[in-house]
Amino acid sequence: MFDNLPLWPARASTTAGSVDALYIFLVALSLFVSVAIFTMICIFALRYRQRKGREAEQVEGSTILELTWSAIPLAIFLFIFAWGAVVYFKERTPPRGATQIYVVAKQWMWKLQHEEGQREINELHVPVGRDVEMIMTSQDVIHSFYVPAFRIKQDVLPGRYTTLWFHATRSGTYHLFCAEYCGTQHSGMIGQVVVLEPAQYEAWLSGGLASGSLASNGQNIFQQLGCVTCHRSDTQGRGPNLVGLFGKRVPLEDGRTVIADENYVRESILNPSAKIVSGFKPIMPVFQGLVSEEQLNALIAYIKSLNQPPAGAAATPSLVSPSTKPQEPKE
Amino acid sequence: MATAAFSHEREHYLNKEYGIRSWLLTTDHKRIALLYLVSITFFFFIGGFLALLIRLELLTPAGDLVQADTYNKLFTMHGQIMVFFFLIPSIPAVLGNFLVPLMIGAKDLAFPRINLLSWYLYILGGILMLHVLLTGGVDTGWTFYTPFSTAFSNTKVIEAGVAIFINGFSSILTGLNFVVTIHRMRAPGMTFSRLPLFIWAHYATSIIQLLGTPVLAITLLLVVFERAFNLGIFDPNRGGDPLLFQHLFWFYSHPAVYIMILPAMAVESEVVACFARKRIFGYNFVAMSSIAIAVFGFLVWAHHMFVAGISLYSALIFSILSYLVAVPSAIKVFNWTATMYKGSVSFTTPMLYAFGFIGLFTMGGLTGLFLAALGLDVHVTDTYFVIAHFHYIMVGGAVMGYLGGLHFWWPKISGRMYPEAWGRLAALLVFIGFNLTFFPQFILGYLGMPRRYWQYPPEFQVLNVLSTAGSTILAVGYLLPMVYFLWSMRYGKIADANPWGAAGLEWMTSSPPPTFNFDETPEVTWEAYNYEHIPAAAEVPVER
Repeated sequence: MFDNLPLWPARASTTAGSVDALYIFLVALSLFVSVAIFTMICIFALRYRQRKGREAEQVEGSTILELTWSAIPLAIFLFIFAWGAVVYFKERTPPRGATQIYVVAKQWMWKLQHEEGQREINELHVPVGRDVEMIMTSQDVIHSFYVPAFRIKQDVLPGRYTTLWFHATRSGTYHLFCAEYCGTQHSGMIGQVVVLEPAQYEAWLSGGLASGSLASNGQNIFQQLGCVTCHRSDTQGRGPNLVGLFGKRVPLEDGRTVIADENYVRESILNPSAKIVSGFKPIMPVFQGLVSEEQLNALIAYIKSLNQPPAGAAATPSLVSPSTKPQEPKE
Repeated sequence: MATAAFSHEREHYLNKEYGIRSWLLTTDHKRIALLYLVSITFFFFIGGFLALLIRLELLTPAGDLVQADTYNKLFTMHGQIMVFFFLIPSIPAVLGNFLVPLMIGAKDLAFPRINLLSWYLYILGGILMLHVLLTGGVDTGWTFYTPFSTAFSNTKVIEAGVAIFINGFSSILTGLNFVVTIHRMRAPGMTFSRLPLFIWAHYATSIIQLLGTPVLAITLLLVVFERAFNLGIFDPNRGGDPLLFQHLFWFYSHPAVYIMILPAMAVESEVVACFARKRIFGYNFVAMSSIAIAVFGFLVWAHHMFVAGISLYSALIFSILSYLVAVPSAIKVFNWTATMYKGSVSFTTPMLYAFGFIGLFTMGGLTGLFLAALGLDVHVTDTYFVIAHFHYIMVGGAVMGYLGGLHFWWPKISGRMYPEAWGRLAALLVFIGFNLTFFPQFILGYLGMPRRYWQYPPEFQVLNVLSTAGSTILAVGYLLPMVYFLWSMRYGKIADANPWGAAGLEWMTSSPPPTFNFDETPEVTWEAYNYEHIPAAAEVPVER
């Protein structure tokens, strides 16, 4: 019967359990409060209903009572706040070393790029038992990536990256919804998340038609666009050396510093003069409109891959030329 | 009243003048209230009709009744019409307009002609909105989110934006009028601490209207300009920020929820006091909680944006502030309940609506706690859980308050009694229909059904069918009062000045009141809700 009338969503991620616990607590609290108020109203309304010969007794308010029924709810509210904040903190903080999957949303489809090079549309394959981080952007309007079975949702914005992460716990096929209204086929912008056991996942990975990893695609684009002529991996380039750059703090020409994250790299490609690295001149051309969102993702994956030194090299920024050999991402 | 015994009718605001001119050029706050009553009822039934079409489409999982684009326009225009052309003006512009001067012992509002102007602005905006509805509609969602509204929608966004922009000024002018009137026009002896709680809540509402609505107006203008001239304020490709729009929009639109619910709380306080025949328990706390809601209401807007891409830490701040604003609402519920303690409670139609209000508002408020809880909001925001939550507040709360108030003051407004049995039946139908419509949507939301979906996975169908069934009951519950109110204007029993035996200056003048409200300016020497000195009235049924 519950195929037609489900009352509880599938629970398939580590987050789902903690969200459900908070929900159950709040349902219980709401039931208790509603029943209490309902009972009081019934008792008062019936016990003190209007009858001939009985007048209402005027009762003045009571400050003590007022303060009590302000303070107790406040304390409960603060408790709920703290609980909700803890869950949220966990939801919003991707663990280190999570597998990264890039998402490009557009009216009305989800395009996904795996680090290993697989591309998917409206279908996402992920393994059980691994932290997965989604790095998402939109080509047009605001969308929202929502997997009810994981209890996670994050709006996907044009012009920047937002992220979410999950750790699937149960294999199966789950709904993927767009949860932010995005136009005509908003309700058609749905797909599925296929959670596979690790062995099946490996089989799926090796069965695809992927032509090289995302980072190696990025490297090809890096060369085609001529980035490599200035961003050399020595100190002689007219642009900053990108080896070991990702995730580091970068000093800017105007004295500020920024963390070189996805949004920074994106902006530096599309609109390079927005933040000039200290010691360099604003000579890089604007790439806005010249690279697609998917190409940007590949470039970012490539720049991230430069953080892993090839076997035998020193960890410090090295003289390895990015043009010699494609560097595979971790794993 | 001695005059009522004479064969020729006593002169009052309804029969003083006749003819269409006497209505369209009136500056009498009571007549303007009736102009508003007719106009917002018109828009309520248009908005309700759109809602029924939405519910009918959702009977089946496939999108089969209307096209996807049509569906998107239906929910957009349902939201815009119900929020801006019904809920926001509902209680303030009808009951507030009628009652604020009467309750404080004034002849009229401070600016009678501005009051009429506000109605004309409402009508101008309304005509433009009807034009949008009839010539293709708008499909942005009532929230106008950018960049969809500015760069992608192919519908009449500019016209709808301008309609709501114009309508906003009517709201600002009403708020301005109330603030000045309450400060400057109170009768001798009517100190702030003697004001009915209706006035306190309207004062708080007016402050929000004055301070918040201009922000909405500016925001809508930015959308219109961006769409018309490609300004780039919200366009990330030109260095703009689509989230900026959401901040600006919710800076008004969250307080707007309090524009809708505070006046319903205002009605609640009057009705509960009257039919428990007691002074409201904790008068000061109820009065101050209205002000606290108005102030804190301005500081919680980003709780609509927890998954929108705001920083983790600002989300924490907005979550905790949202919990703070819940406290004054809780205080009110406790005080209304406590008011009945040792009272003398009668179950008239307005009181049934008041009970319904407490129940539905409590549910709406409690589910608000779910949405303010950050980690849980991530899952339920933008699903049917949110739809259910805000309908419990805005329909379960605000509309129940409005209908309760309309019944309570109908004898004063029309000089006639409505049929009590029909009134109770309608109140019951509204309560049952409402819960059947919206309760299943909480479950749908937790299951993960996103809002604004034209088609949906088949496992959600049973709950959607329940909801649609409920909406038809609700529709009957809303149509009944319109029928019997109209009927009562001719056939209803003549109401005397104070049919409920209620406290308050509005009940001390005749029904319907004369044009300038009081034959002599009253002098107030008593506290509000002095029920111990007011005899119970004939209209209230008494159990033996």
